[in-house]
Amino acid sequence: MAHAETHHAHAEAQPGAHVQGQQHPLGVYFKIWGLLFVLSIASYLVDYFHVQGLLRWFLIIVFMLLKAGLIVAVFMHMMWERMALVYAIVIPPVLLLTLVGIGALDGKYTFTTRGTFFGNEAPAPGPVPPKH
Amino acid sequence: MAPHQATGTAASLPPAQGLQGVVADFSSDQRAFKNVPWGKPMMWIFLVSDTFIFGSFLISYMTVRISTTVPWPNPSEVFSLTVFGNNVPLLLIAIMTFVLISSSGTMALAVNYGYRRDRRKTFFLLLATAALGATFVGMQAFEWTKLIMEGVRPWGNPWGAAQFGSAFFMITGFHGTHVTIGVIFLIIVAVKVWRGDLDRERAGFLTGRRGNYEIVEIMGLYWHFVDLVWVFIFAFFYLW
Repeated sequence: MAHAETHHAHAEAQPGAHVQGQQHPLGVYFKIWGLLFVLSIASYLVDYFHVQGLLRWFLIIVFMLLKAGLIVAVFMHMMWERMALVYAIVIPPVLLLTLVGIGALDGKYTFTTRGTFFGNEAPAPGPVPPKH
Repeated sequence: MAPHQATGTAASLPPAQGLQGVVADFSSDQRAFKNVPWGKPMMWIFLVSDTFIFGSFLISYMTVRISTTVPWPNPSEVFSLTVFGNNVPLLLIAIMTFVLISSSGTMALAVNYGYRRDRRKTFFLLLATAALGATFVGMQAFEWTKLIMEGVRPWGNPWGAAQFGSAFFMITGFHGTHVTIGVIFLIIVAVKVWRGDLDRERAGFLTGRRGNYEIVEIMGLYWHFVDLVWVFIFAFFYLW
């Protein structure tokens, strides 16, 4: 009996988990569409009003992650999929953060060595020949 | 004698949820991704690999931008447009963003109407998505032309760090290619919907598999991904 109830609750909680495919009310898509517009306007305004410094980075990243999350969760139906698929797809890209760390370290090192080796040079005399 | 309660075995147990469900699905000795047509995980796995490609591009862009000793050109000024005598920063990019988001919206509706078997609406929504995608590519072509006329090359530009051009052409070029391929596929899927291939389960010309409205959703996954990548490009390349 308890089983039947949980099964029923589960079926209601996961309307998309049917063989017929993802079927949701249209209103969800219109709401998310509107939200994406609002978030895009917000991130454009960050640039328009010349917000600088930490606040700029913070706002850009927050709006970006919110937009990405809405697209993946609702438009790509991830929030209605089974966890096995969600984890298999969403977790691997997190590995890219390692690459971000390596890239940042390497970039800073290159910047420092460039400063050390080329920093004291006098500006090149005359026009610099175009590089091709 | 204790009363014995009979248990029916005809119906299967409900699938486990949450983390337990993950373990149960992967250890089921069956297909791991349940309740989805096989094409969807296949598209998702392709999209993960594509994520790594775009991730590598954006990370190498970050690396060259950190390592250059020459000031980076200000994207807000580089991509500004003059409208009625006013210089509006990033205007074209903002319009492109709205065009792409709108195409994502029409695509989501197309998937929905597809599963409702509303052939006409699905067709026109797919066509609208393709038109918006083509508009986006057109605006990108305009932007490339404008920048090339102003002297931006992969090896240099008039405003600062030479790496700006290479990062710009590589990242937006690859994204534009994805949009273009998406538009072509949208038109193919739209034609299939219009002819009723998906209702009549007509075999596909390439795979020979039965037509099904699942392909509209799989097409949708690809299209939303293109929009998703643009969100990151917009934030990291144009706004940073």
